[in-house]
Amino acid sequence: MNVLIVDDYKTMLRIIRNLLKQIDFNNVEEATDGAEALAKLRGGSFGLVISDWNMQPMTGLQLLQEVRADGRLRSTPFIMVTAESKAENVVAAKQAGVSNYIVKPFNAETLRDKIEKVLGHA
Amino acid sequence: MHSSARFERLNDLKRRYATPSMDTVVDVVDAILSSMQGDFSASGAGLLAEIEDLARTIATAKAEIAALRVDDITTSHIPSATDELDAIVAHTAAATDGILEVCETLDDVAGELARSGGTLGEASAGKLQEATTRIYEACSFQDITGQRISKVVATLKAIDRKVATIMATFGNRTAPDDSAPELDVMLLNGPQLPAVAMHQTDIDQLLASFD
Repeated sequence: MNVLIVDDYKTMLRIIRNLLKQIDFNNVEEATDGAEALAKLRGGSFGLVISDWNMQPMTGLQLLQEVRADGRLRSTPFIMVTAESKAENVVAAKQAGVSNYIVKPFNAETLRDKIEKVLGHA
Repeated sequence: MHSSARFERLNDLKRRYATPSMDTVVDVVDAILSSMQGDFSASGAGLLAEIEDLARTIATAKAEIAALRVDDITTSHIPSATDELDAIVAHTAAATDGILEVCETLDDVAGELARSGGTLGEASAGKLQEATTRIYEACSFQDITGQRISKVVATLKAIDRKVATIMATFGNRTAPDDSAPELDVMLLNGPQLPAVAMHQTDIDQLLASFD
């Protein structure tokens, strides 16, 4: 399965990529903002999106809204991984159709657990 | 001058100087004082003395603000502080990348150990990978500190704007644009302090409440 990870911190992309590799997700592509991610999603085939929220020019929330509004992409599992931990953020993400929500800093176990849940392996 | 003429004169001044600068106020007070002729009543003299004191206080305040060299805050101190903070982010990012590179090598070694077969090799590979996982988790600090530093930089810029506003009031500078941010930007708060941040379990419960 192809996984798209989206974060404007290259170091964070590298960390998530390595953590995914440890749980046998080897087909991982990266994007550094929502707009780049949307272009990759529309041009490829991905079974999971793991995205940060706070990015420019397109935020993770805007990316999620675009994905849910796109007929081909709308059912793609989408996990938000962000430092935004206020209840209003979680509610906004849920209302936009997020599959799960991980607050930074997170551990490998949380990442694995949420991925299994959204992919229905739990 | 009759009172109606004075009233008209005052209205004219109000139209011309809707928001008078401190310099204008001082000039007007000086002009009034220098044009005064004839006898004063005791209360009139007292009022004039108070106006004169007020003018002196304003002039002193202006001189004191100028002596503080508040311009240094916006031209030197704040840019210097933000540069230092940017350097911290760059250095920690470089250090973290170095650590991650070593970790990736260790991960490769773990993979080779696992493939080499044998109970000992698999056990060692497992321990090695567990260690690298902990390091990957710890390295995510760089993202959080970067975001926290961005918040500090935003605070410094807000102070910069407030100082500029004070300078615009007492000096000749133009007040900065302090308009409110757009609604979607208001949801971007960055990392919360540990004492007030929602934990993963709180977020899980909140999400579950939608189901």
